[in-house]
Amino acid sequence: MLDLLREPWPWYVAGPLLGLAVPLLLLLGNRLFGVSANLRHICAACMPASADFFRYDWRRAGGWNLALAFGFVAGGFIAATWLDGSGPVAISAQTQADLIALGVRDFSGLVPADLLSVGALRTLPGAVAVVLGGFLVGFGAGYAGGCTSGHGLTGLATLQLPSLIAVCAFFVGGLAVTYVLLPLLF
Amino acid sequence: MANPVDTGAVPAVVIPAPSSVAAGERSVIDLLPYFVLGIGLGLIFMKAELISWFRIQEMFRFQAFHMYGVLGSAAGVAALSVALLRRFGVSTFDGDPIRIDPKAMGKGTRYWAGGLIFGAGWAVTGACPGPFFALIGSGLGVFVIVLLCALAGMWTYGRVRPRLPH
Repeated sequence: MLDLLREPWPWYVAGPLLGLAVPLLLLLGNRLFGVSANLRHICAACMPASADFFRYDWRRAGGWNLALAFGFVAGGFIAATWLDGSGPVAISAQTQADLIALGVRDFSGLVPADLLSVGALRTLPGAVAVVLGGFLVGFGAGYAGGCTSGHGLTGLATLQLPSLIAVCAFFVGGLAVTYVLLPLLF
Repeated sequence: MANPVDTGAVPAVVIPAPSSVAAGERSVIDLLPYFVLGIGLGLIFMKAELISWFRIQEMFRFQAFHMYGVLGSAAGVAALSVALLRRFGVSTFDGDPIRIDPKAMGKGTRYWAGGLIFGAGWAVTGACPGPFFALIGSGLGVFVIVLLCALAGMWTYGRVRPRLPH
């Protein structure tokens, strides 16, 4: 059993389980699954006076969501400590060839250490990926009013047109980075 | 029920209220179910490799079905569940009616402009906010810095929000 859990989980197991988070959170207390709200809650907790956007009762609005995020940290720890048996991520041969052509050399972990590691921060591509990438995620999620979970899961599941627009835009932004920025960066 | 969010001084712009319809939890014990659910989701993020930069690249290059399978079946199951909850008028475990506030369209600018920016960040870091937390838990310390930069991005948005088209 444990060996089975150590293997990468197929999409038809992981996807439906992930989707169940939306009804579970509704049943637990009318909560809408959306992780990027936590970035706002943390700003509201640390610097409430800096903007009207951050002046609200973050404990009441976001306590549950921050508890969920602490769970993510614990889940990541458990998976890495006791369920890590997969070795390199089994991406397609074509992707690996494309990434090698791009300049990626390290395929051993979940993320390429030559781009996303503390050591790579001293390189220009690493610094751009970490600092600019993180900033764009936070700014974009705030502006769009949600991220992959809030728009991609909850928004689409509740048939919201704004979320469909946002998800299409996520993809266009991602394609632009994949085909324009990454080749320039490496 | 009163909205816990101070909607501030910019009436022209609809502020997305953090998803809080019910009252805040009364104690740490009330938060436990969310923490446990978070552990389960963190395991899924990790073991389905949703948080792998490599998988995200594979997705944006349309070279494998995996990510589309995960995200598509997740959205499908979520949509079906929500439809069933609505169809049968199911209440929350506390007995409150389930309420889903629609997102305000406004001019729609925020959705495509913000979405483009978010998508770019997603492709560069190979992760979105949920996975940041799981990657930190898995021991990848660099994602603490990514998370801090994401907080700086959210903070900057909060500062310039009154001057942005929504």
